[in-house]
Amino acid sequence: MSQNKQLLQVRNLKKYFPISSGVLFNRKKRYVKAVDDVSFEVYDGETLGLVGETGCGKTTVARTLLQLYHPTSGQILFDGINLTDLPENEMRKIRSRMQMIFQDPYASLNPRMTVGSIISAPLDVHTQMSRNEKREKVQELLQLVGLNPDFVNRYPHEFSGGQRQRIGIARALALNPDLVVCDEPISSLDVSIQAQVVNLLEELQGRLGMTYIFVAHDLSMVRHISDRIVVMYLGKVMEMADRNEIYLRPQHPYTKALMSAVPIPNPKKARTRQRIILQGDIPSPINPPQGCNFNTRCPVAQEICFKEEPVYRELAPGHFIACHFA
Amino acid sequence: MDMNSSAQQNNNLPLLRISNLQTRFHTQDGVVHAVNGISYSLDSGEILGVVGESGCGKSVHALSIMRLIQIPPGEIADGEIWFEGRDLLKLSENEMRRLRGRDIAMVFQDPMTSLNPVYTVGFQICEALMLHMNMNRKQARERTIELLNLVGIPEPTKRIDNYPHQFSGGMRQRAMIAMALSCEPKLLIADEPTTALDVTIQAQIIDLVMNLQKEMGMSVMWITHDLGIVAEMVHKINVMYAGFIIEQGLVDDIYDETLHPYTKGLLGSLPSIDEAPGTKLISIPGLPPDLITLPSGCPFYARCTYRRDYCREERPELESVNANGHAVACWRWREI
Repeated sequence: MSQNKQLLQVRNLKKYFPISSGVLFNRKKRYVKAVDDVSFEVYDGETLGLVGETGCGKTTVARTLLQLYHPTSGQILFDGINLTDLPENEMRKIRSRMQMIFQDPYASLNPRMTVGSIISAPLDVHTQMSRNEKREKVQELLQLVGLNPDFVNRYPHEFSGGQRQRIGIARALALNPDLVVCDEPISSLDVSIQAQVVNLLEELQGRLGMTYIFVAHDLSMVRHISDRIVVMYLGKVMEMADRNEIYLRPQHPYTKALMSAVPIPNPKKARTRQRIILQGDIPSPINPPQGCNFNTRCPVAQEICFKEEPVYRELAPGHFIACHFA
Repeated sequence: MDMNSSAQQNNNLPLLRISNLQTRFHTQDGVVHAVNGISYSLDSGEILGVVGESGCGKSVHALSIMRLIQIPPGEIADGEIWFEGRDLLKLSENEMRRLRGRDIAMVFQDPMTSLNPVYTVGFQICEALMLHMNMNRKQARERTIELLNLVGIPEPTKRIDNYPHQFSGGMRQRAMIAMALSCEPKLLIADEPTTALDVTIQAQIIDLVMNLQKEMGMSVMWITHDLGIVAEMVHKINVMYAGFIIEQGLVDDIYDETLHPYTKGLLGSLPSIDEAPGTKLISIPGLPPDLITLPSGCPFYARCTYRRDYCREERPELESVNANGHAVACWRWREI
């Protein structure tokens, strides 16, 4: 994939959310450092997996990419255009090329709109299509995601979770985007339905050639769908590498722990493997630990990890890591 | 059977034996057949996994054991639930209340909604101890601190006076487990206890329950939709579909000698950790059937890739496959 051109470059991206304190003056004193100095690039036509636990900033990265949040600092270059200082009307044009599939298929579809009007909403905003053209396009999209085209006049409540997610996918594909950001699209679905949706996403990519950023907390499905994987923890990138590299030679202790937390659907293998079980919870991003972010839960932390923050560096070609001991 | 004799026979009687349990709900749209005549037994110290998609009746069957089905609209239409020599379906509400929480305890899926937000975590655990174990307030508080320590909550002497919102999701689930274990139950029913949690926290909770099970020797029923999670922890598995058990057996038999097309589909839906790049997942097409109008033949007919016309005509019963209790409900298990 690396010979392809870079569709998206993210450079030193930061997103801090201020916490107001004090009633009288409403001073903005402290910040939640949701995303703290994150850099990566996405190649044309690939799938980049973004993994980490709740609160690691993966959804904030996804939303900041689409400029749904304005970044505190850093650059986002989409096809060479810096999105961070683009005026709103120019941004709106570019948004038609980048779309999002949301986590919760129950909350992301307006219950008062028919499926037809949900899917044609992006067409209303971005195209000059006539009513008939839109109707045809909607039916074509429904067929593409494996739903009956006669469903256009139904409402979201008439569909199951997996079917709703298909409607969300059809909406995201309406404008033939170059980049689709999938924000935990399967985590609220049953395993059997997860496999259906993942197969559909892969099939659509094969047919339409778009680029995916696939956000999830479960490394097993990310490894299945991604070409490269970014592992995040507390707003920072811990490790980034090719999917097989991450699987065969994980270097960061956090990646190793995530790998070993993946359930193995085979009792014999599952019984014999060594599991690394992380102690405790992810610390608060308001008050991240000194030194390495991961030191409170790291099984191999030494003195240096509590003093110095590890430098994010390239260990092998294309394999990046932030750890003192790799 | 009176209670004294049943206690002596404990060694050869299963702890829990369910036969032909049927639970229905009478709704405006019609009768929902949630559980349709399931039978199985669970021995002391055994861990059972109950696996199936949403709406296959696994939670309803657990709530039926606890007699927590609201009647009406619910109805336990038929069956027996023998627990330590007593049929739970014949107990009075008072007797049942003494048994719930003390002999059979349950941990629910959502730790955010199953704790009461206006009471401290400590109070909610003490409540069960004072009610079931006849402890006074001071004893209950001491025991609660011990329990919080046991489930791995740091600084239990401080944390006992916290409210649920001061706990993280994983800690709330630990508190729920502490509550469930407070009266040293003989059976712990865990209804998708890790679905709402991160994978690393899920691994912690599974590890915790496994260790506690070994220490306390209780039986555990682990309900989940993910066959991957139960692979390493359970002894036996019941696979449920549309309110029926369609395959059951020892864990190794279920994974190595998978017989039912539905179980095969559930396993195929999981990406394996050592798969080759570009492998396609084997998903199960379609959706589970509507439980109001159940098909008369095999309930899996509409989604089955191995179906034949005769599958639609009569429903296959569970058929024993080997001496270790492996059984399957499929007309074609020998051929496929």
